[in-house]
Amino acid sequence: MYRYDSYDQSIVDARVDEFRDQVQRRLAGHLTEDQFKPLRLMNGLYLQLHAYMLRVAIPYGTLSSRQMRKLGEIARKYDRGYGHFTTRTNIQYNWIKLADAPDILAELATVEMHAIQTSGNCIRNISSDQYAGVAADEVADPRPWAELLRQWSTFHPEFTYLPRKFKICVIASEDDRAAMRLHDIGLKLVKRGDAIGAEVYAGGGMGRTPMVGPQIRDFVPEDEIVSYLEACLRVYNRYGRRDNKFKARIKILVHELGVEEYKRQVEEEFAHMKTLGLNPPREELDRIRPFFAGPAYEHGLPDAIDRGDLAFALWVDRQVAAHRQPGYAIVNISLKPTGGIPGDASADQIDLIADLAEQYSLDELRVTHAQNLVLPHVRKADLHAIWRKLDEAGLAEANLDLITDIIACPGLDYCSLANARSIPLAQKLSERFASPERQKDLGELKLKISGCINACGHHHAGHIGILGVDRKGVENFQLLLGGSGAEDASLGQITGPGFSEDGVVDAIEKVTDIYLAQREQGERFLDTYRRIGMKPFKEAIYG
Amino acid sequence: MVEFLSFREGEATQEPTVTVESFTGQSNSTAVRIEAGEDARELLPYLDRLALVEVNFPAFGDGRGYSAARILREAGYVGELRAVGDVLVDQIVAMRRCGFDSFHPDKALDDDAVERALNRYADVYQKSVDGRRPVWAKRHPETVNG
Repeated sequence: MYRYDSYDQSIVDARVDEFRDQVQRRLAGHLTEDQFKPLRLMNGLYLQLHAYMLRVAIPYGTLSSRQMRKLGEIARKYDRGYGHFTTRTNIQYNWIKLADAPDILAELATVEMHAIQTSGNCIRNISSDQYAGVAADEVADPRPWAELLRQWSTFHPEFTYLPRKFKICVIASEDDRAAMRLHDIGLKLVKRGDAIGAEVYAGGGMGRTPMVGPQIRDFVPEDEIVSYLEACLRVYNRYGRRDNKFKARIKILVHELGVEEYKRQVEEEFAHMKTLGLNPPREELDRIRPFFAGPAYEHGLPDAIDRGDLAFALWVDRQVAAHRQPGYAIVNISLKPTGGIPGDASADQIDLIADLAEQYSLDELRVTHAQNLVLPHVRKADLHAIWRKLDEAGLAEANLDLITDIIACPGLDYCSLANARSIPLAQKLSERFASPERQKDLGELKLKISGCINACGHHHAGHIGILGVDRKGVENFQLLLGGSGAEDASLGQITGPGFSEDGVVDAIEKVTDIYLAQREQGERFLDTYRRIGMKPFKEAIYG
Repeated sequence: MVEFLSFREGEATQEPTVTVESFTGQSNSTAVRIEAGEDARELLPYLDRLALVEVNFPAFGDGRGYSAARILREAGYVGELRAVGDVLVDQIVAMRRCGFDSFHPDKALDDDAVERALNRYADVYQKSVDGRRPVWAKRHPETVNG
């Protein structure tokens, strides 16, 4: 875990002071809501349908148990006892009072957390792989670079009023667990000989014009990543469209210029940037890296797991992933119970998971973009004890990557942008497909729901995606098939006319029936769809 | 309230500005105004004879002027660099970091708020054109000069 030094702490403390000043000016009437809006939006405070919503940054999805406990405390003290983990691996509180916001930030600062740049047209929280540091196939732990970029992007003077928000992701494995190519810029660390560098992808994203980001460079040396990103961002800041909010993301610029022309402009700017001494020295990366070095693992631990308890064995098969250290495992905690709200956790659940992380996971946990949590360093011998405690707290659902492991945005229940309610639909779907046997039979099937075209619920990247729209004042749900946010990234295609809430649940059932009837040995839903195409599914749904 | 803010020694340049187009034409002017979307690099051949570059911010959220300013400073421009238009107190710090050294906002600024903003952050994370040492340089004084 990265720990702040006095510089990091003083910057975050100063931000608390600044925001307190801004809120006081607003409460005293010196700022109108119009003037205050851009200021609060720089700090993750949204005015939603019923209250203020505060989005707290969880950089690259990594938390200590102390930080997690603080998140639970805030949920209890300032919210209604809940927090909502998001697809950006952040946490949102939906019932915040404006006057409390500065105090919440002050409390967060005591555990080295903040809400800086969790909204606004700036560089957002840097995302990464939830298995960083424990995945067997990674080139290096990507988080030291993510932390370097967190610092570089914090209050960047040139890139705080970009045409639109800007999301950067850093991964280091062939398996993409972070939807890297659906980011404005995706970095994949690779090795060339002994040297580490990054493949760079630009112009990916979801929203109303989804794009899978094309590669713009096959290798940026690790010591030049900052200056290369400065070049990418400067070209975007100068030439990205500002005439139309819906065409302002970098994907549109890359698309309109063409990849080759965008690359050429970036290379020209990069050649200039390299002369300016913008890159932190290697010593800075060397300073950060040990914070993420593997914790003190025990050696000689047993690898065997006692599978005598059937329910436990089912949970192990679904929720536990291979750790690169013998005797250890990665535990995925589902925040998708049957009938629940995807990504929600109560303050008590947050506390429990903090305790589990402290006692069993070397004090560390992760948030995933699929709105689940991870205990990354668990002794296999402790798995049964953990499972029992999770089960008592309603957190032992065994549905990782199955049809009920649904990603959903907050939708019209909370969000002022939404056209439709995502949460009740997610609840209905998880109830319809609740049977564990049925889910297991359907296998890996990523279902993602967005309540409007902004695509916070990643519907374009769902094996099955749902987009809620408003049709003449009535909620209507479009169905998409064939998307993926993983290393085989692709965008889902719309099946045809939309459905009512119940209608879309029925349509998905028909889609899964076609898959079961047509699949070949070993095929996931996505594989079958790619092989047989849209037609048979369409016939089943509309025929 | 303050209508004009300068961080330069001596008097501010009084000369009226001309457009980039007329400046790069046949003008003898020493003061030019860049509109959002105009390419600051067109001025690079003439930096020696410029005393004032005004950069207009048509709306506070239009951040193109930050790049324009930094480009001019990176190229060695030492004359007055003035932010005009929809310039708010909460943007002064970032603008200073990008090389602006005078400000003529559409709406006057509160002196106290400006003072507080300028003194709030003792440290910065990035190297820019304002000469401030980034945190990484302070952390590694032996390897990073200047």
